[in-house]
Amino acid sequence: MSTAINGGRGSMMGGASGGTPPAGAGALLPSAEPVQLVGPDGQHVHDDRYPLPDGEQLLRAYGCLVAGRRINDQANALVRQGRMAVYPSSHGQEACQVAAALVLGDEDWLFPTYRDTVAVITKGVDPLQVLTLLRGDWHGGYDPHEHRVATQATPLATQLLHAVGVAHAAKLRGESTVVLAMCGDGATSEGDFHEALNFAAVFHVPVVFFIQNNEFAISVPLKNQTVAPSLAHKAIGYGMPGERVDGNDLAALLAVLGAAVNRARDGGGPSLIEAHTYRMQAHTNADDATRYRSADDVERWVPRDPILRMRTYLRALTLLGDVGERAFADEADAIATAIRKGLNTEVEVNPAELFEYVYTEKTTQLREQAQQLREELARDAAADAASVDSASDDVEHQGKGDQR
Amino acid sequence: MTQTTEAPAARLTHQPEAVAAPPARATATFAKALNAALADTMAADPGVLMFGEDVGRLGGVFRITDGLTARFGEERCFDTPLAEAGIMGMAVGMAMNGMKPVVEMQFDAFAYPAFEQIVSHVAKMPNRTKGAVRLPIVIRIPYAGGIGGVEHHCDSSEAYYAHTPGLTVLAPATVRDAYFMLREAIAFPDPVVFLEPKKLYWSKEEVDLAELRRTFEDGQAPRRIGRAVVARPGTDATLISYGPSVPTALAAAAAAEEEGRSIEVIDLRSIVPFDDETVCASVRRTGRAVVVAEAPGFASVASEIVARVQERCFHSLAAPVLRVTGFDIPYPSPKLEHFYLPSVGRILDAVDNLQWED
Ligand SMILES: Cc1ncc(C[n+]2csc(CCOP(=O)(O)OP(=O)(O)O)c2C)c(N)n1
Ligand SMILES: [Mg+2]
Repeated sequence: MSTAINGGRGSMMGGASGGTPPAGAGALLPSAEPVQLVGPDGQHVHDDRYPLPDGEQLLRAYGCLVAGRRINDQANALVRQGRMAVYPSSHGQEACQVAAALVLGDEDWLFPTYRDTVAVITKGVDPLQVLTLLRGDWHGGYDPHEHRVATQATPLATQLLHAVGVAHAAKLRGESTVVLAMCGDGATSEGDFHEALNFAAVFHVPVVFFIQNNEFAISVPLKNQTVAPSLAHKAIGYGMPGERVDGNDLAALLAVLGAAVNRARDGGGPSLIEAHTYRMQAHTNADDATRYRSADDVERWVPRDPILRMRTYLRALTLLGDVGERAFADEADAIATAIRKGLNTEVEVNPAELFEYVYTEKTTQLREQAQQLREELARDAAADAASVDSASDDVEHQGKGDQR
Repeated sequence: MTQTTEAPAARLTHQPEAVAAPPARATATFAKALNAALADTMAADPGVLMFGEDVGRLGGVFRITDGLTARFGEERCFDTPLAEAGIMGMAVGMAMNGMKPVVEMQFDAFAYPAFEQIVSHVAKMPNRTKGAVRLPIVIRIPYAGGIGGVEHHCDSSEAYYAHTPGLTVLAPATVRDAYFMLREAIAFPDPVVFLEPKKLYWSKEEVDLAELRRTFEDGQAPRRIGRAVVARPGTDATLISYGPSVPTALAAAAAAEEEGRSIEVIDLRSIVPFDDETVCASVRRTGRAVVVAEAPGFASVASEIVARVQERCFHSLAAPVLRVTGFDIPYPSPKLEHFYLPSVGRILDAVDNLQWED
């Protein structure tokens, strides 16, 4: 694929200090409208800069989209049933999720946020391991090195700098690794966002910054975050190209993100992609979105659903038929079933692990504390056994922790 | 101070005798008390502003600012761009120019981006300028654990602030204190880190918020900054606690009573300034003490309390002062937090270890 986002480094590194903008600076600006290759009606929209990904690629990605929606639905259900503490759903944003993972190769890194569970799974991480954090038995469930997927970041925008570091190290080590770092529209207001883009540009490292602009940061609409023409316009301030893309258009996302990844891999440096999408559900199950937006607002986005339009497109071309749909649905069901079964199985938590990984070598104090907890739990167990045995209630209070 | 907007409530509570049957006692939650404290202060003082993340239309993720934008307008209670350093830094400038900003950090761990502003400017400005610049800023922080929250939502971060000279650090533990202490904090001339124990937000007490307002505005509320309180009197040992650990300490004292031990519980309320007098008076009377706090124990507020008590009460002590704190580990995930939190059992164990002769 060509490096469709042109301009870039050569044009900016030189005379940025002069009074007149350097030649080619305009090329760093995003297009006036978000790039769209398949419209909400399922029709191909021609764009000179971005060829439509081929049918096979789209079909495979569509399968991931269907699975992504099922994962969101299943996770929401498990929260309602009390099986998970919380779930920030990407319902409506699945095209972004799927594309972010599919444009990367095995050697590439993904830096996701709490909302990007579907992207993490699409890049190959076991769904049950991903959901460990939200189930509440550990802070993370997977080894970031296994699939080159960083831990899901909650402190906003902090992960973007880590992405720059991984990319910089890859460059120094002569690896062809590209890093794709995700964040939300709200996170672009954090200082770390600014620092990450500036570092990436100054060190000219292979990072694709991918903003899912879903119009809200919890209750706060985008207009309270920025008055820039778009978030993608911020790129020019750092001397990297910015691009805007329809975040519910899987084809456009694959094309635009794919071009940015290729560009980064070819030594073209970082770029910033803003996807225009919408958070169809509340921030998390703990949020009441009716306090700050109307059902009508949400309703307007229903016809722009990413699955709907890709399905229409693929069916019209007869790339997708009933049999294919059934197969994708079955695959999605299988993933959902595995998640449901896994999360309905009670996990044994091991309190000894609390002390195990804080330092590479446990401190004397932590060894003492681990021992203290072990003894306390042993006393509790003995006391419980005694109270069952004797049915007497004069059991000492010894170490009886308040259990939730 | 007159409260025209609240006249109906005021009339109601002015005529209790007119009601034949004893009136049902009003109750309020900790969260509602904080909300009322903000509303009453904003009504009384047009210089008070409230801002942060999701504090406007949403009313805050814990609803502490519920209704403030509707009542006082977007200029008085507003959402900022999502940036804690920005929120904090802007508060400094606003305070320099005559305002009294109250800012909300959405959760304890999300205050960390503001740390530089807090430590390098909020805490130091009055000293740098020899008092020419005072910063009457309140930094409200929903804090600590016990709510089954995921990572970064349950930190006990008080030691960072308490260790920083220039910051006043408060942690209320009762509904009544939540109201009075927030009002006092906003009226205070220096910056206050106001720690709101999340697990107490939904706790309830029999209080009439309109009555609290009148008490405060009539100057009848005794000062709480720098003043600890005996939350439960006792004679055999003292539990020293603050914020989220106070109810646990009280429960432990109640359990100890059943075993024949009379335990006094001190609620510090104010971590900085620290009330040596009240704490030491209690320990000198009882001769034994345990400090209870949720934060990791190493280099903690609890450590400071132990050191102070030991230095001042050595000759009254029958046993070393002990601590029941969190372990020195990152706050655990929801299914493991009960192993971490100070519990009644652990407190009673510590009390048992205070070298009793019997
Ligand atoms: C540093 C920091 N401050 C505050 C929060 C609390 N918080 C969690 S998500 C969120 C909104 C983020 O919005 P956005 O970046 O648009 O991502 P979205 O949730 O829409 O995917 C906030 C304020 C946080 N996680 N980290
Ligand atoms: Mg958003």
